Amino acid sequence: MGKAAFDEMNGFGGEHRAAYRQLQAWLEDTPVELLEQRRLEAEALFRRFGITFAVYGQKDAEERLIPFDLIPRVLTASEWKILEDGLTQRVQAINALIIDLYGKGEILKAGIVPEELIFANEAFRPEMIGVEVPGGVPVPIAGIDIVRVDAEKFYVLEDNARTPSGVSYMLDNREATHLLFPDLMARSKVRPVERYPDELLAVLESLAPRSASSEPTIAVLTPGSYNSAFYEHSFLADKLGVELVEGRDLFVRDDVVYMRTTQGPKRVDVIYRRVDDDFLDPLAFRPDSMLGVPGLFSSYRAGNVTLANAVGTGIADDKAIYSYMPEIVKFYTGEEPMLHNVPTYRCREEEALKYVLDHLPELVVKEVHGSGGYGMLVGPASTKKQIAEFEKKLKSDPDNFIAQPTLALSTCPAFVDGEIAPRHVDLRPFVLTGSKGTRIVPGGLTRVAMKAGSLVVNSSQGGGTKDTWVVED
Amino acid sequence: MHLKLRHSTRYTYDTPVRGIIQMLRLTPRPHDAQHILHWRIDVDQDATLKPSEDSFGNIVHTFWAEGPLESLTITVEGEVQTENTNGVVQGTPERLPLGLFLRETRLTTPNDAIHKFAGKTAGSKPTLDALHALMEAVHKRMKFDIGVTSVATTAAEAFKAKHGVCQDFAHIFIAAARSAGIPARYVSGYLREDGGREQYEAGHGWAEAWVPDLGWVGFDPANNCCPTDAYIRVACGLDYLDAGPVRGVRTGIATEQLDVEIQVTQGSNQ
Repeated sequence: MGKAAFDEMNGFGGEHRAAYRQLQAWLEDTPVELLEQRRLEAEALFRRFGITFAVYGQKDAEERLIPFDLIPRVLTASEWKILEDGLTQRVQAINALIIDLYGKGEILKAGIVPEELIFANEAFRPEMIGVEVPGGVPVPIAGIDIVRVDAEKFYVLEDNARTPSGVSYMLDNREATHLLFPDLMARSKVRPVERYPDELLAVLESLAPRSASSEPTIAVLTPGSYNSAFYEHSFLADKLGVELVEGRDLFVRDDVVYMRTTQGPKRVDVIYRRVDDDFLDPLAFRPDSMLGVPGLFSSYRAGNVTLANAVGTGIADDKAIYSYMPEIVKFYTGEEPMLHNVPTYRCREEEALKYVLDHLPELVVKEVHGSGGYGMLVGPASTKKQIAEFEKKLKSDPDNFIAQPTLALSTCPAFVDGEIAPRHVDLRPFVLTGSKGTRIVPGGLTRVAMKAGSLVVNSSQGGGTKDTWVVED
Repeated sequence: MHLKLRHSTRYTYDTPVRGIIQMLRLTPRPHDAQHILHWRIDVDQDATLKPSEDSFGNIVHTFWAEGPLESLTITVEGEVQTENTNGVVQGTPERLPLGLFLRETRLTTPNDAIHKFAGKTAGSKPTLDALHALMEAVHKRMKFDIGVTSVATTAAEAFKAKHGVCQDFAHIFIAAARSAGIPARYVSGYLREDGGREQYEAGHGWAEAWVPDLGWVGFDPANNCCPTDAYIRVACGLDYLDAGPVRGVRTGIATEQLDVEIQVTQGSNQ
């Protein structure tokens, strides 16, 4: 892959980075046989947790385990501080962006983001224009994907303001580490992540509409047990201590949302919904949706129920919008962005397109609306034929693509095929914003490419996950 | 023109349904050439109509009726005074950015054939000429046929099939106009046709497009004309789904029979 990647344990080679000192000593003292045994135990454990993940587009769409890598990833408290501040700033800007785009549209008037990128975008919901978001925070839950290239530099790879998933893995991974390596955990000063459900509950409660009582009724809305993330939906409802509901468990009367219970209808104030905008309400969005609640959007417009996240937040996930994030952060916060974007070529711009076409073998090219690692080209890892085919796609619809240099993502030690070897990783911290500000549980979900040299960490493409530690310096 | 409208929509179910929720876009807003003299909506079941306004500025009524229901009738009665402005619509609440009306929707996504059709027809003509040419070309290409398309038929499908109803004509016109870079939208309402016909089985649908210096101008490709004082303009949106008169969901397993009666008559001018 050309340049050597930064390893979070060994730097660019031979170094022993302070963050990993303890872990490294432990790895040296632990026989591979023991790790192998723990790996098998971990697999049994995750089967018991019931964590599975259905992969779309695979013929045998059987549910399978996402590989859990035993070796934790370590970030120091001072590294985390940089991320925490940068993420808080970025998510505050994203919230301001959403409110502005559906409100006064000042960023468009200022000419910072081109209008057509917003209005032509399916994720932009005209139905939201002029709607005052109940609770006032459109994106209470954000997942920001971060990659690292050296000791100092972190980049934001992607913003997920729609319905970021993966937090159940963060929590399960930590629990697994506790169970598998109790001594190691006891020795290491790892900041806890276990309070995430409490923080999430507090955020959701803080955003309840004015009509709600001091103890608002909250529910998690799932598309149902066939959804690939159903495990997480039921996990979160359970941890939050709230009902897990499907569309048919809710109904709307006189602009108020109720949940059917054995004791009769109960008014619902806040819905943590894991159903996409399109399917939320057949009266307002796709008329053929069977997953939603007829009348929900009308109730939302009337300010009687809070949806987390709000309708129409997916516009912030668009990769063409992403390329404007540094300017967006500056516009709303008045500050320089603390976290950097990966340099991005917008193929809709003629000069950029020309450059991209000339440098395809070096670049990563992505669809602007895509996610999950689908429909992208990783130049250095592709054959000439694959590149030629992609070139055709790109030329026929350049607006639909952006390109980025192939980053040498940092690596972490992973336990693969009976040995410890470096594997590329990214990080998705979960950023919670309530009426009282932004909170981030230290760490997040580390995704790891299990194949040597591979840069694709998506679970849909065979990636695994790791426990992520933030330790005191 | 003084127009009187009576529009009744009756649903009859073979087995009683447990409940119905509907969202109605059946109330016109006044604009400079349309004055509402009188308008009311009645639902023949125990239900409260909750009024609201959507992002397009349409007046929306939502109601919930508890079952068991064997039938449901919605009756609209109204009187309006209209003037002929050759399609130019002024005095409507316009809160949405024009750029939004260039957006493709599922029902109005142009395929290659529509892109080509738009390019050939609109060419480099000035906007107003381009729109007239498009309207005429859609009207010429398409045969008006009831029952071959449905509310889910897309512009591309209808364009290929070369027939459809007013809604299909309007969707094709909208898709082609946007393809030519002209903001366009769907309008639903009523039309009193020439020749004194008073009974209709369906409401009417047409399009509006944005012309510099004039603003929104109506085009009715099904009739190959710009709306006159014989039109009642009710709601608008990106396509039929945003502007159609009724969207509803019922709970319970039943087969429904739908009977629509529309009467548009000319009142006497005072």
